[in-house]
Amino acid sequence: MKKKGWKELPIGGLILEAANTKNYATGDWRTFRPVIDLDKCTNCMRCWIFCPDSAVCLVEGKVNHFDYEHCKGCGICAVECPDNVKAIAMIEEAKAKEGK
Amino acid sequence: MGKLVALTGNIAVATAMKQINPDVCAAYPITPATQVMEQFSEYVADGLVDTELIATESEHSAMSACIGAAAAGGRVMTSTSSQGLALMWEMLYIAAGMRFPITLACVNRALSAPINIHGDHSDSMGARDSGWIQIYAENAQEAYDNQIQTVRIAEHMDVRLPVMSCMDGFITSHAIDSLELLDDKTVRDFVGEYKATYPLLDVEHPVTYGALDLQDYFMEHKRAQAEAMKNSRKVILDVAREYKKISGRGFEYFEEYYMDDAEIAIVILSSAAGTVKVVVDAMRAKGEKVGLLRPRIFRPFPYAELADALSNVKAVAVMDRADSTGAEGGPLFMEFKSALYNNKKQPLMINKIFGLGGRDLMLPDIEMVYRELRDTKNTGKIRTISEYITVRGEEAAYGKA
Repeated sequence: MKKKGWKELPIGGLILEAANTKNYATGDWRTFRPVIDLDKCTNCMRCWIFCPDSAVCLVEGKVNHFDYEHCKGCGICAVECPDNVKAIAMIEEAKAKEGK
Repeated sequence: MGKLVALTGNIAVATAMKQINPDVCAAYPITPATQVMEQFSEYVADGLVDTELIATESEHSAMSACIGAAAAGGRVMTSTSSQGLALMWEMLYIAAGMRFPITLACVNRALSAPINIHGDHSDSMGARDSGWIQIYAENAQEAYDNQIQTVRIAEHMDVRLPVMSCMDGFITSHAIDSLELLDDKTVRDFVGEYKATYPLLDVEHPVTYGALDLQDYFMEHKRAQAEAMKNSRKVILDVAREYKKISGRGFEYFEEYYMDDAEIAIVILSSAAGTVKVVVDAMRAKGEKVGLLRPRIFRPFPYAELADALSNVKAVAVMDRADSTGAEGGPLFMEFKSALYNNKKQPLMINKIFGLGGRDLMLPDIEMVYRELRDTKNTGKIRTISEYITVRGEEAAYGKA
């Protein structure tokens, strides 16, 4: 998103549009990224419930991938994933990028 | 011609507020501003205004309530002094940064410690960087006139900034002065109807106020705020000229008293200018080319116009009713020195700190300053850049006539 100059901004730091945090990409805050092994996942939906950033994405009602534009890498999903499943691993962001 | 009345400066301001009839006033009493809201609360109780009056538990809360009411979409006014203004500090910046056209009658009083209730400018001078426009009145008439104009300046769409209208504590606020009032309809027509931008009470169009603003946008918002202050220069002039049409009174950025051919001049704010005028009259009667420059607008500082007003003077004494300890002179002096730095013609400039905590400035004290200016002009030498006058413990260099 191209940043606006001072003449284009609403007065006094106002935000005129409701529910616009989706336009604020917080993914670059991340140090560790969650990676899911869909073969292990049982679709218990705990990660989806607990994710504070609504970054667990579903496809046809099933856990599918993460929204890396907004996932801050807090790791709550990996912790909440049941002990006998452990389908989510937290990978160092730098290493994940090298791997690409 | 309006009605001629005898009122204290505080009641003159309360009368202006009654005629403006704001939506919300939130305040906490403090000497010497108490009488403004005390009088105004009578107007509220008597049903003479439609204002929602909020008696808060502190000045911090008073300014907070003003900010909330302004965000809701109201025309908002308040009044305070000294420690009260100091307690509003963080909210002053917020009112300015959020661009709310709140107006505040500041009755100037010294800041503690030592505790003192009398007039000096340390309170409003301390708030000079808060982003508020500041106007200083010489007497009750001007305090009344300024109060009415503040609303128009603050609410102008090119400005949308809070405005502080200052008068000297006790000297102006509590002394009964004669002044001319405009009739209610003239004032109401002059201030007009307030149109809020993005009021929170407009539930059909919700907006977010006070969102976090970090490295990516904070500076752009501050730049826009600086532009609004710049824009206020023209608006202040336009409003002053329009007000003169309906009242026959008033000044623009400053008042010049015998400045046309003045060789030496005093620059001074507010009520003390009245005393200086008496000395100027007496010295002019003896043929001495002395003058007085009284700034009315301190923020935005009209640097080009003020520098121009002093460009033909040989020696100037800027007199500050507040100090900025550790700086080379008081706040007004520093502004003038800065304003003249890029001028080709520069007068010799000295600074006198006077009147702190309400210390009287008498006619001989002013004569003393003019004597020093005469010497400074003749010798071309500055004896001392800045010093306190009318203070015990040191002999005044020009004390004897």
